Amino acid sequence: MDWNSLILFAVLATSLVASAVIFLLAESRVTLRSTINLAAAVLKLLLVLWIIWGVYQNIEYELRFTIIDGVDFILRADALGIMFVGLSSLLWLFTTLYAIGYLEKAPNRSRFFGFFSLCVASTVGIALAGNLFTFLLFYELLTLSTYPLVVHRGTRESLRAGQIYLYYTLGGGALLLFGVVALHVLVGDTEFIPGGSLSGLDPTLYPLLIGIFLMMVIGLGVKAALFPLHAWLPMAMVAPAPVSALLHAVAVVKAGAFGIARVVYDVYGIEFAFSLGLLGPLAVAASITILYGSLRALAQDDLKKRLAFSTISQVSYIILGISLFGPIGTIGGLVHLLHQGLMKITLFFCAGNYAETLGVHKVSELDGAGQRMPATSVAFTLGAFGMIGIPPMAGFISKWYLGIGALEAGMNWVLGVLIVSSLLNAAYFLPILYRIWFRRRERPWCEGKVVGRFETPALLLIPTLATAAFALAAGLFAGMPFSPLYWAQIIVSREYLP
Amino acid sequence: MIGFWSVPLLFALPLALGIVSLLAPPAWRARLGLAGLLPLLAASIAVFAHLVLDGPHTYALGNWNAPLGINLAVDGLAAGMVLLTAVVSSLCAIYAWVYLRDQPASSSFFWPLLWFLWAGMNGIWLAEDIFNLYVGLEVMGLAAVGLVALKATPQALAAAMRYLLAALLGSLAYLLGVALLYASYGTLSMAGLQEAATADVTTQVALALIILGLLLKTALFPLHAWLPPAHGGALTPVSALLSALVVKGSFYILLRIWMVLGTEVTPFATAQLLGILGAGAVFYGGWMAWRQHHLKQLVAYSTVAQIGYLFLFFPLVTGTGPEAARLAWDGTLMMLIAHALAKAALFLSAGNLILAVGSAHIGHLVGISRFRPMSLFSFGLAGVSLMGLPPSGGFTGKWLLLNSAILSGQWWWLIVLFLGGLLSAAYIFKVFRMAFREGPQVDHSVTPPLTLDVTALMLAASAILIGLTAHLPLAWLRIGSPFGAG
Repeated sequence: MDWNSLILFAVLATSLVASAVIFLLAESRVTLRSTINLAAAVLKLLLVLWIIWGVYQNIEYELRFTIIDGVDFILRADALGIMFVGLSSLLWLFTTLYAIGYLEKAPNRSRFFGFFSLCVASTVGIALAGNLFTFLLFYELLTLSTYPLVVHRGTRESLRAGQIYLYYTLGGGALLLFGVVALHVLVGDTEFIPGGSLSGLDPTLYPLLIGIFLMMVIGLGVKAALFPLHAWLPMAMVAPAPVSALLHAVAVVKAGAFGIARVVYDVYGIEFAFSLGLLGPLAVAASITILYGSLRALAQDDLKKRLAFSTISQVSYIILGISLFGPIGTIGGLVHLLHQGLMKITLFFCAGNYAETLGVHKVSELDGAGQRMPATSVAFTLGAFGMIGIPPMAGFISKWYLGIGALEAGMNWVLGVLIVSSLLNAAYFLPILYRIWFRRRERPWCEGKVVGRFETPALLLIPTLATAAFALAAGLFAGMPFSPLYWAQIIVSREYLP
Repeated sequence: MIGFWSVPLLFALPLALGIVSLLAPPAWRARLGLAGLLPLLAASIAVFAHLVLDGPHTYALGNWNAPLGINLAVDGLAAGMVLLTAVVSSLCAIYAWVYLRDQPASSSFFWPLLWFLWAGMNGIWLAEDIFNLYVGLEVMGLAAVGLVALKATPQALAAAMRYLLAALLGSLAYLLGVALLYASYGTLSMAGLQEAATADVTTQVALALIILGLLLKTALFPLHAWLPPAHGGALTPVSALLSALVVKGSFYILLRIWMVLGTEVTPFATAQLLGILGAGAVFYGGWMAWRQHHLKQLVAYSTVAQIGYLFLFFPLVTGTGPEAARLAWDGTLMMLIAHALAKAALFLSAGNLILAVGSAHIGHLVGISRFRPMSLFSFGLAGVSLMGLPPSGGFTGKWLLLNSAILSGQWWWLIVLFLGGLLSAAYIFKVFRMAFREGPQVDHSVTPPLTLDVTALMLAASAILIGLTAHLPLAWLRIGSPFGAG
């Protein structure tokens, strides 16, 4: 095992080991647990930055061993994978900070942080997986490790949500397994290779390949919350705020979208997928989800539920970008993977701050919150502007590239979808902003937590502001090296010119 | 060489320990038992290592060759089962040592019965002729019945009685089949049968009797009725041993005989029928497990379901191509090993949870996640393997079986694996739903001794790990099998 594969292993191991140690710690060891957790998160982030630098210079990072004859366990850092790893490890750090503040004095924290780290390990595994088998392994591990977080509160409602979550994800996972096994029987171990590896197959197999593609996309679509497979996501909002923020805005739904990207680009190959006629239906499914999610978001009074439907809609931008046949659209989709993560986690952090500090869970109760909590409200506003796609926020960059990509691919109707959806985004976000900034609170706030120096505990405020700043910077400095946009362009140049 | 000379030790030692421990005063038996584990484990490892290094071999007891003497055949499968038995039995024995500490009456008979059970199982794994398989089957069966009766409650005695009847009926049918084969071919040895066997009427009848007897002993649906009360009602370490290893004994014999007779004798229709019964077991067992309220009954019905997966071996290996057959062989053995480890872990951790809340009712587990996370964690790890989710032995086994089913064009078995996995998720998560529900804020539960938790966790962790390193054990198990030296 050489140095480079060791680093790859270390990236995975930081959160795995942290998880194991945290499980063994007694409930009362708060300081030690937080220290281990943060140290692991920082260490992981540093390792990831190191690898990003290496991948930029075209250094190969790979770790593989044989599981059974003909099936390898492969971890590999390529530009696409390391982007997702970078996002998860950056946000893991902030969410850990946030969760430490959020769960102060709550029960079952060992279990919570243990499974939380395990989730991050699974996400990193998904991102670094070098073949479908390894991907599947971590994809299912993610399902298992999120379940205890969804039901964390142990109430009847959260147990119910957990059950629905399992119905969807285990069913989807089983479907994905069949797709993967069928492909394995057909062509052997399916490694992720830029440009895909299936285009040389006998044309008589094409119907079969289309069927397998369908199975895999449906299996992945469950986690990506593609309509009509989305119903678990709004229900899962009963989980504590850090879970909704990291897992249901970033890790889990992105795992689905990322998986679809892998299947399209690195298994089938975008050109082959296009020639099989698979991209058109995928674009339609994504567009329907975009509009459906936005429409449903309009009607939600519960803030987290509104954000959840917004997630459903926004994640499908990524899938839309993937399904646009052309480099510009791809850039739009991939960059949105990062942008949406930064913006949505900010919004969820803010929702958590409102709930924890003011006891407010509903949009209709937010009147005047901007006066009481200005910093949180600024962060929320930035996130919401980004979601609508107002320049110079990050969301604008995504929509710009998606729109140009659609025109380039000759799919002009997509532009209509983008415009309608932006209007809908404005329609469900602007009223919130109006309530926060321009309405007055009539009754005094029923304060939740002891606040201290700032408007809300520092551990809740700092991560919120930091992610908001990242979301702003991603848009403002999109043209700089190592911005999300820059990286998405690198990925596309490597995917389209293999 | 040590490995070679260890072969006879594999039954001589447990038999001797069994007899000595019967003669020894009851207070000494547990200590004697613990002391005996080590040499037996060492002998098992030596035999396995010898196989891996030097390949398969036959050992003639006392240098008397068949037909006069008794031959022992050590190939990959046999040595693998010996090692699996040693690992699972040792951990269950250590568990029992702590678990039975304050039940001197049960403890004093547990140890002699364990040794006889072990001798019987090793006899089955190593036998080279169908009569010695019968002897092993009887020894194992009787010892198992005795172990079930150890609990000495009226229900346990009734379950043991039922088990005894099923076991005797099963071995009787098997013995009749053996007698018929001996009458027509004049040989009992596997090698002899392999050469001589033809598909005449006598052979078919003999095969039918053998299959029927072994199905009853393996508790394949619809002949499973004796299993849930016996496995669910026994003392916890006994349940683990029975579900993990004993039911595999009769399945192993069937698998051996099936492979020896070869596709000329084994009918295609029978293979499909066995697969269909297996599918029935997966569905019925899973469904019944989900409906149970008693934790150990749930685990016992899960065994009924998991046995069903093993029987997919027959349709996948009969009349299919060599690659599909090899995948079926690998997949079935992976399933078997994973199930042995995971089921032992599941029973042991279920026993720990029951100790903790003082009740076997699943409804009483409310809130246990907060207070006894370790017992629940082992239960979960074992559950992952039983559900066939990655990364685990159960997943790797399922992967191989899926591959084999697709490759041989028998897509209908995919449905069994698909629904079976979801059903097992349903009953495993049924337990977790209760455990995660927030209940009392104060910890009323008992803390089980650490040894009990650690043994369960070790078994559960190995069920997970074996899935990640599966190619090594699978290559070793193929040594001396029809699927090449690996």
